[in-house]
Amino acid sequence: MMYFSRLKIALILGVCVLGALLCLPNVLPAPAKWLPWQQVHLGLDLRGGSYLLLEVDMAAVARERLDSLADSARTTLRGKVTGFQPPQVQAAQNRVVVRVAPGPQQDEAVRLLREAATSAGQAEYDVTAQDNEVALSLSPTAMRDRANSAVLQSIEIIRRRIDETGVLDPVINRQGLDRIVVQLPGVEDPNRIKKLLGRTARMTFRLLDETANLSAAPPPGVDFLPLEGQANVKEPVRRRVEVDGASLTDARPGQDNQNGRWVVNFTFDSVGARRFADVTNANVGRRFAIVLDDKVISAPVIQTPITGGRGQISGNFNARSAQDLAVLLRAGALPAPLTVVEERSVGPELGADSIRNGAIALAVGFLLVIAYMAVFYGLFGWFANIALLVNLVMQIGVLSLIGATLTLPGMAGILLTLGVAVDANILINERVREEVHNGRTPLNALETGFRRAYSTIIDSNATAFLAHVMLFVFGSGPVRGFAVTITVGIVTTLFTATLFARMLMVRWYVSTKPALLPV
Amino acid sequence: MFMRPMFRLVPDHTTIQFMRGRYIGLATSAVLSLLSLGLFFYPGLHLGIDFRGGVVMEVRTPGPADFGKIRSALTTAQIPQAGLQRFGGDDQVIIRMDPQGDEKSTQATVTRVRQALDEAQPGSRIVRTDAVGAAVSSELFRNGMLALGISLLMILVYIWFRFEWQFAVGAVVTLILDVTKAVGFLVVTRIEFDLVMVAAILTVIGYSTNDKVVVYDRMRENLRKYKSMPLRQLIDLSINETLNRTLGTSMTVFLASLPLALFGGASLSGFALMMLFGIVVGTSSSIFIAAPILLLLGENRLRRDAQAVPVVAGRKA
Repeated sequence: MMYFSRLKIALILGVCVLGALLCLPNVLPAPAKWLPWQQVHLGLDLRGGSYLLLEVDMAAVARERLDSLADSARTTLRGKVTGFQPPQVQAAQNRVVVRVAPGPQQDEAVRLLREAATSAGQAEYDVTAQDNEVALSLSPTAMRDRANSAVLQSIEIIRRRIDETGVLDPVINRQGLDRIVVQLPGVEDPNRIKKLLGRTARMTFRLLDETANLSAAPPPGVDFLPLEGQANVKEPVRRRVEVDGASLTDARPGQDNQNGRWVVNFTFDSVGARRFADVTNANVGRRFAIVLDDKVISAPVIQTPITGGRGQISGNFNARSAQDLAVLLRAGALPAPLTVVEERSVGPELGADSIRNGAIALAVGFLLVIAYMAVFYGLFGWFANIALLVNLVMQIGVLSLIGATLTLPGMAGILLTLGVAVDANILINERVREEVHNGRTPLNALETGFRRAYSTIIDSNATAFLAHVMLFVFGSGPVRGFAVTITVGIVTTLFTATLFARMLMVRWYVSTKPALLPV
Repeated sequence: MFMRPMFRLVPDHTTIQFMRGRYIGLATSAVLSLLSLGLFFYPGLHLGIDFRGGVVMEVRTPGPADFGKIRSALTTAQIPQAGLQRFGGDDQVIIRMDPQGDEKSTQATVTRVRQALDEAQPGSRIVRTDAVGAAVSSELFRNGMLALGISLLMILVYIWFRFEWQFAVGAVVTLILDVTKAVGFLVVTRIEFDLVMVAAILTVIGYSTNDKVVVYDRMRENLRKYKSMPLRQLIDLSINETLNRTLGTSMTVFLASLPLALFGGASLSGFALMMLFGIVVGTSSSIFIAAPILLLLGENRLRRDAQAVPVVAGRKA
């Protein structure tokens, strides 16, 4: 306990210097690219910005999969099996049911559907026959995979959409099964982003069924969709998608040459261009609809075949909405709708206020603790104070190293660490003092004091450590920042109080050989 | 000032008979905790937005806030049930709204409030928006409670592992009493109970455990050292011996939390007040609750372990 070899002293001082070096990135720019230059990030509550928690509509993902399963089942059976009813989606049971009477027709239907299920490799659904129906049930694994890829795809699309808006350093993370966290530093009013993310932006080009009677029920294969901006005007749009927005390679806002109105110009990829040319060629004089998220943006008459793979959407746009639509089309469609389930935004001025308040509290608290230790523990108190300063540096160093986020509660965590850090020194000092009173020599008292205080220090810090790890696991947002600073603080405290401060005391003792300890 | 300590918080070798007051201590604590429990049911905790859901917006108006105008604009925007509150300066207003059914309507409310404010006092800035949906808030609440519960459990296991089970029971019972008082404190002061407050309570738990561990550590040591001393006397001795440390550490944590309460701003002052309260409760419960529980759990049972291990005379424990 009382012997510190040169190597050990060098190591302890080395760790302290390392801690100080780790703090440098917070104040200096990186001198060279290859250096690991990690710094503490300011949380959104301190720098200002928006936090959005989005939920992917998993029911919609399942529903869409079942719809397409029903479609493909119809295509598979059409013309090959007689007497089957249109496939019906039973969303609650995750299956599609085809009614067909038992017998050779049903057996044939099962055979065909099983064949279709396994044609694309791994079967995504089971086909079973029961009584007068054939059921196609999606397997839970397949549903999970699909949900998983829907979330990953959503994250990708969200990233593209946000990048288009020019927000700097957005952080987009998955949280749990079906949630996505979006952090937007510097964005005080996330309204525009929320609008951009609030649309799936699935664009389709479809033909109109001009024979349909709008006052009657929609005929099979036709939807009556509202016109954008005029909810009571409906257009009879065929369900069949001629060209999908996924075939777009580019979309830009622009102004029409003739009337100067805002439009969105788009370009198809080669497959989309050919498909679009075929469709417009075969339907000159008829109307087709550009549908975005189940709303008709426009339904022009096809004047001439469009073969260049380029087109123009003219709706009721202004500069901003044309720009936004172009962004959405470029970024691609979301696989499912997103809902904002939690929103927190902080303006930069409030953040600046918080930083100032936190800094003042930190400075005053630090001074109070230092004064207390000096007054009540004298020289050894000053050793503790030096250790406290080293502790602060090391805590910030480690937080920088792990690239932690400093939040307002995190600043409180640093301050509390300062208050609790000296506990170890107090334990040691009190113990040494007791041993002196028990009649031990200074050397012996220091030795015994260190050793006996040790187990107590470990026990008392371990419990606090456990509590804050739990807080990190179950907490969220700024509170996590608190848990991180305090757990890091507990670890650095163990180093500074038990090794660094002890070294100071021992070195002082060895160099002065006092007859009495200043306790 | 640079060499010898200038003061002692408590003189050395005090012989205060704390265990004399054990019944008074336990009774006072029990009454306070029962009262807190009652307060928990009525009027109950003032849940913050994290746990209740809803919308809170902090607004800075260009001039002094005109509550009449803002209120009527909100009413026009069909948000009549919004609570308005002055906050800090003349130009700072907090608008609170209850949860709005589903997430979509919560979001719509945020947009409507923004528009209403623009009409009422053009140039108003919304410096903070918190909108938490009902599903998320109940999850946050569940997670907060889980963090509290599991922490208590882990502390129980840790102390059980490091000490005899009587210590663990004593510590956890005391901690539960501490936490109930913290809840009572929140109800009485009307401080909002939110995630930050869960962090504060957890910190208080961690700190309070720390305090108990130090006192227990000394009792365990003394149990081995003084084989024939009556437990009551031994507990008193242990508390007296560690009194300077117990109060000293409480002082430093108190001094560190005090500036947070004074300068930390609205969002941290609740946290800091809980810390200050927790320090007082935690320190006193180490002395007046945790120790008496140990005394009640019995001398014989505690001594058995100590006697089972023969200690060679003169060996340092």
